[in-house]
Amino acid sequence: MFPDSRPVRQIFNLRHLFTTLPLAALGIVLSSAGFADELNLPVGVTDISRDIYNLHMIILWVCVAIGVIVFGAMAISIIAHRRSRGYEARQFHDNLTLEVVWTIIPFIVLVALAAPSTVVLLRMYDTGGEDLTIEVRGYQWKWQYKYLDDDRNETVSFFSSLATPREEIDNQAVKGEYYLLEVDKPLVIPTNRKVRFLVTAEDVIHSWWVPDFGIKRDAVPGLLNDMWTVVEQPGVYRGQCTELCGKDHGFMPIVVNAVPPDEFNSWYDEQLGLAEARKAALSKTFSAEELMVEGERVYNAFCVSCHLPSGAGIPPIYPSLIGTEVVTGPRDDHLRLVIDGVPGTSMQSFANQLDAAQLAAVVHYERHAWGNNAGDVTQPRDVIALSE
Amino acid sequence: MSAIIHEHDDHHHGPAYGITRWLFTTNHKDIGTLYLWLSLIMFFVGGVMALLVRTELFQPGLQFMSPDFFNQMTTNHGLIMIFGAVMPAFVGLANWMVPMMIGAPDMALPRLNNLSFWILPFAFLMMIATLFMEAGGPNFGWTFYPPLSTTYAPDTVTFFVFAVHMMGASSIMGAINIIVTILNMRAPGMTLMRMPLFIWTWLITAYLLLAVMPVLAGAVTMVLFDVHFGTSFFNAGGGGDPVMFQHIFWFFGHPEVYILILPAFGIISQIIPTFARKPLFGYKSMVYAVASIAILSFIVWAHHMFTVGMPIAGQLFFMYTTMLIAVPTGVKVFNWIATMWRGSMTFETPMLFAIAFVVLFTIGGFSGLMLAITPADFQYHDTYFVVAHFHYVLVPGAIFAIIAGVYYWLPKWCGHMYDETLGKLHFWLSFIGVNITFFPQHFSGLAGMPRRIPDYALQFADFNMLSSIGSYIFGFSQLLFLFIVVKAIRGGIAAGERAWDGAHGLEWTLPSPPPYHSFTHPPRVTEAEAHS
Repeated sequence: MFPDSRPVRQIFNLRHLFTTLPLAALGIVLSSAGFADELNLPVGVTDISRDIYNLHMIILWVCVAIGVIVFGAMAISIIAHRRSRGYEARQFHDNLTLEVVWTIIPFIVLVALAAPSTVVLLRMYDTGGEDLTIEVRGYQWKWQYKYLDDDRNETVSFFSSLATPREEIDNQAVKGEYYLLEVDKPLVIPTNRKVRFLVTAEDVIHSWWVPDFGIKRDAVPGLLNDMWTVVEQPGVYRGQCTELCGKDHGFMPIVVNAVPPDEFNSWYDEQLGLAEARKAALSKTFSAEELMVEGERVYNAFCVSCHLPSGAGIPPIYPSLIGTEVVTGPRDDHLRLVIDGVPGTSMQSFANQLDAAQLAAVVHYERHAWGNNAGDVTQPRDVIALSE
Repeated sequence: MSAIIHEHDDHHHGPAYGITRWLFTTNHKDIGTLYLWLSLIMFFVGGVMALLVRTELFQPGLQFMSPDFFNQMTTNHGLIMIFGAVMPAFVGLANWMVPMMIGAPDMALPRLNNLSFWILPFAFLMMIATLFMEAGGPNFGWTFYPPLSTTYAPDTVTFFVFAVHMMGASSIMGAINIIVTILNMRAPGMTLMRMPLFIWTWLITAYLLLAVMPVLAGAVTMVLFDVHFGTSFFNAGGGGDPVMFQHIFWFFGHPEVYILILPAFGIISQIIPTFARKPLFGYKSMVYAVASIAILSFIVWAHHMFTVGMPIAGQLFFMYTTMLIAVPTGVKVFNWIATMWRGSMTFETPMLFAIAFVVLFTIGGFSGLMLAITPADFQYHDTYFVVAHFHYVLVPGAIFAIIAGVYYWLPKWCGHMYDETLGKLHFWLSFIGVNITFFPQHFSGLAGMPRRIPDYALQFADFNMLSSIGSYIFGFSQLLFLFIVVKAIRGGIAAGERAWDGAHGLEWTLPSPPPYHSFTHPPRVTEAEAHS
């Protein structure tokens, strides 16, 4: 059941386990090419991640070496220099030479470790000469990706949020292979191109990390951090938010789809087409059914983590949407609340996250789902009129 | 007249009776006892929170609690263990031992001593009470990074701010008292370089407390102002900077890490020579190493923030200074081993905990060195690798040292030996439990599991289950510790003045239990008694 149950059993049998434990533990690392995937840092797929892996292995081995010497000396002493064997204590308490030596040698070892680390760090900070720039913006609890390439006339932008069904999290359904590591719309990047990321956040601090790329940077509201990567192998790479950002910190994964440049270009054009279609939707009139379908989709991507699939919310922090004043009261007030947010609370302003058609749909949905029946219809033009 | 004199005498020869003894006491031993019991209670409260966290993490999926409550548990576990368990335990040990080890009758500032203790229970009551309020307790991590702890915090953040203020005030008063006592009340002949290592480490720790507790107070005050008075210290929208908070916090936070470990170094440096029956190796270099660690602790803070987006020069500076700390820390470990080398060792419970401390703290030090390598830190940062690292230095580090200290000095305090067989059982259960809990967390961290998440991807499941099982073993075996301590207080084999045949130092020249006012006549300290 446990991949490392073997060493654990071993530990139970050893009398002096305090000296043997670290060795046993490191033994796992050494003797376990088969386990290595699970026990060690993944090598990753970029030059930087391989550099980091090499640094990691160097320092791990240095620690192993020091550990063998230090714990070895200790083990000898514990076994040999004990009163139960009649060993008499020697009364020495100083040795200047020895003390100078064990101050200077570690210092030299540290300098030797610092040098390659500095080289790798300098490479990581070399963000110039990029082929493509993508803005990564953290929200509670989703990511927004914006392609900022100058050569394009249009900027493609979309949100990426958790796609794992609620039933799996609540243990009412079997968990899928990529449980908590799957999103509705992954970031797509071209392979063999230098992609530069500008990382920031809208609300609280998040952190964007893809272990296989060896890059991680905090997304801080009001600050723009940058980092870069070049991915050679096409593939799907997964990561997670790594800075506590509130209740759903564990539920905002990152999925990056690296595809060959040709494929990327056609994907990108498709996105531009989708943007056109969304623009066209702004002037359309939708039926109530269409609004409910689109509204549910938007609700599940943007509202569900606080107000829950049932609309019941988690009062008092996240109010219920069932039969409450907002969903039964004047429609425009409801719209304004969603567009502007409620300052000083976690109710964000959705003006820059959703377009008029999506806002209309989600507000219509909230007013007619879970037994609510406001009896009105909200169209994109209502939202536009209100914004003007 | 004679009645008055008689009353006066009474007051001097023993404690008052009933609750007033504890409420109004100015006696260093009574206050030390209060600190230690508070610490033990908080250790169990924080421990229950940790077990709740581990229970939720036993399997993937959400089983027992909401993510928000999970965050409240991790936050309060951290705050309570640091400010409620480890720090008061060290202050309690200092209260008991400093006057006895330097040959003084009591602490220098007894009323301040009473006040600094009695603030604490109210601080923790206030903080824990928030868990039962409608908005819930602090849920933003013990590091309370804004804006999560300001704009997005539950309303109870105000209680949290005042609780931290009270804990800080208590620490500052305690630190002043310890500094004044050590510098002014040493017995004749107890020169600075004859002081036991426990006294040295606490003197240096007290200066660290004085330096950084006001910084923490400043940080929480700015949080308070951002929440209630419309300032924007940490709000980018108002011209502030959320990263500035992290600099201020870690300027407190890193020296705080050493506040939590230097007195532990002191305890271990008392115990190993006793059971090796051999003087501490390299006394002077031990003192210099502690001082160097303390000074370096002020210039490494941003290694907690390597991913925050600092300029390359900053990254390199903090990487180099952090690596440098390994040198004096290494000296300490080498000296402990050299003290054991060619000694005549026995392995009573305090020694077992001390040896485990040296080994497991060193493992925590190794992972610390790995974390110092900035490029590698990009992979480790905010994963379970970090959780494993700091739990290795804090649980089998600080807490094992405290437990070792309690076993070591308990015969002195209550006059009875504890039950050695049970003590050893406690050690082995703790040792096994702690390693099963925290060693697998290195692996889940390297595999990519972030910290502070209530639910996780399936590849982390085995490590987490193992870790949870270990935490139950470790957690429940601490009840045995409580039993052993209570049993020893109630009775047992008489300890005698020098409870351990290899023990040296002034505390072992007093009867066990010692008189109410430790040294009413200052002893004369010779080089032989100080350094052998």
